Amino acid sequence: MALPSYATTGERIWHYVFLASCGLIFLFLIGPLLVIIPLSFNAEPYFTFTEAMLTFDPAGYSLRWYEDFFTSKAWLNAIKNSFIVGIASTLLATVLGTIAALGLSSRYMPARGAIMALLISPMIVPLIISAAAMFFFFSKINLAQTYLGVILAHTVLGIPFVVITVTATLSSFDTTLIRAAHSLGANPTRTFFKVVLPLVTPGVVSGALFAFITSFDEVVVVLFIAGPEQRTMPIQMWSGIREQISPTILAVATLLVLLSMLLLATLELLRRRGERLRGLSPG
Amino acid sequence: MSNSSSAPLTTADGVPLRVSLRRAIRRSKLKALLLVSPLLLFLGIAFVMPIVDMLWRSVDNPEVSSTLPRTVSALDGWEGEALPGEPVFAALAEDLREGQQARNLGLLASRLNYEKSGMRSTITRTARRLRTLEPPYREALIEINDTWGELDTWRLIQRESSPYTLSYYLAAVDRQFSPQGEIVPVPEYLQIHATLFWRTFWMSAVITLATLLLGYPVAFLLANLPLRHSNLLMILVLLPFWTSLLVRTTTWIAILQSQGVLNDVMVALGVIADEARWQMIHNKTGTIIAMTHILLPFMILPLYSVMKTIPPSYMHAARSLGGRPFLCFRRVYFPLTIPGIAAGGILVFILSIGYYITPALVGGQSGRFITNYIAYHMQTSLNWGLAAAIASILLFVVVVFYWIFNRLIGVDKVKLG
Repeated sequence: MALPSYATTGERIWHYVFLASCGLIFLFLIGPLLVIIPLSFNAEPYFTFTEAMLTFDPAGYSLRWYEDFFTSKAWLNAIKNSFIVGIASTLLATVLGTIAALGLSSRYMPARGAIMALLISPMIVPLIISAAAMFFFFSKINLAQTYLGVILAHTVLGIPFVVITVTATLSSFDTTLIRAAHSLGANPTRTFFKVVLPLVTPGVVSGALFAFITSFDEVVVVLFIAGPEQRTMPIQMWSGIREQISPTILAVATLLVLLSMLLLATLELLRRRGERLRGLSPG
Repeated sequence: MSNSSSAPLTTADGVPLRVSLRRAIRRSKLKALLLVSPLLLFLGIAFVMPIVDMLWRSVDNPEVSSTLPRTVSALDGWEGEALPGEPVFAALAEDLREGQQARNLGLLASRLNYEKSGMRSTITRTARRLRTLEPPYREALIEINDTWGELDTWRLIQRESSPYTLSYYLAAVDRQFSPQGEIVPVPEYLQIHATLFWRTFWMSAVITLATLLLGYPVAFLLANLPLRHSNLLMILVLLPFWTSLLVRTTTWIAILQSQGVLNDVMVALGVIADEARWQMIHNKTGTIIAMTHILLPFMILPLYSVMKTIPPSYMHAARSLGGRPFLCFRRVYFPLTIPGIAAGGILVFILSIGYYITPALVGGQSGRFITNYIAYHMQTSLNWGLAAAIASILLFVVVVFYWIFNRLIGVDKVKLG
């Protein structure tokens, strides 16, 4: 992106204007997330910076909203529910999605385009429509307001992510490696565990992470099909924002930003590991 | 005489090669299908069946035909010119008595009330006096409530006696059947859905355009920087992408509200007076700003992956052939990025028209989307047929765009992060 030495003054000005606007857009992207982190340490129940905070007076800062969060029964119960639903639906989506991806990446898969479009559609169909439809249907078969109902709904929403990531991993999988393993005397089981699995695992794990975070963040479907017993973290936040806005929400938001940072780092590590294993980039 | 090339090739066990090959392919196809089938079965039950059930509900109309079967058959052949005779009223009285015992008059009352306001109280009032009702029913019923003496009431019952109805769809676009059975607009003070559909579409278009304007330069920068730097900057795009939607919406509430961060900064800088704080939230502005921020990564990522494939030598060649920078960009680079613009644009538009959370939290009265009305009819007005009809219309629009997306780009090209 460096300017060539023969650039004219106009081009130079244009170049710097371009860089500055990109900087502003990056600020727009990331700024809001950074603003809430200090706000969550506010000692006052406000959603904005107090004078004490701006002068870096230690009295302006406190951990009271975090304390509020970690001692509140409602929030802790919501976390528990989020993990129950998230883990169960991730396991289900990962198993079903990975097996299906194995079939989809076969050269002989009939009607692949149509099936793929169907499998990805839960990601495209607006959540409110899925939520309404599942609410009507699950009420009929007594699944509404049960853990099983919420888990099944979240499995549906997580499946596209697993299918996309695992098929992408499998499409770059070099099948000659399997033949090489055979020619070196490994039996099919040994080949699967020693060659195929290590190469495919990063894809499966990142698919599972995507599915988990989808479930962990999901509000709309839970709002409709969960009962008071299945209140998850997003629902707790949702009602917090709608009813009584307290900075506890900001503390939760900060924790969730940290969680997504962790997730992003894990995904990046997995990607690098996958590339290294496939010999695409030097370790 | 016999020449070997005309004899069919066979495998070691004597089966013709062609047959054996076809068998092997069929086996592979079957194996692939078998692997996909558990997931297809699961999605069929947990996703496709609910959607089909919702589509069904949007035209399903069981209330009148099941609660008033005698009335409906007595009305058969009625021309609608004069008030029906005593047999019809007698049938109605009997149907209502039975309905009262089965406790399903409530459903009937709400169903008829959607079409003709006042019907709910007509039915409950009549039901209350059913015990003392005596023939002749015609006079007795009209005495209880004048509505039974109106031609329109009977035309309505006759019209809604069919097990399917289009009236939910008509209501979803602010139309209704007139008493004469023609399709007419609903009174102006009740017109809300068409406005909301229209608003959802134009605001989504504005949001799509805004993400394109902001996303294009960023994607260009990311695609043209050395990988080391662009990977770092990519984190700034991916972090918001993977942060909870509610968190991002909350941050915009904290920033944009009238006692929020941005207004405070502006007051402190003296740009605006303390009394004249900007109203940036609970209106259209709030929805557009927050949703542009939330959907921006969905524009940047497809643009980036297309721009990454454009060799820089194209622009160098164009420049060396004497083109001015702007001309080179417009004639060479820009046309090559159109697939990315199409992918990102359709994706952002589809996601935007289906958004519920953000408009509900920051949209206020004026920034609401049609999705908020689906929720309203599901949870507050409890008119589930109407909710299903609105959702079906929205689903149709989304499926059309999804189909275009699939034809243009292909869903299997979708990448995550």
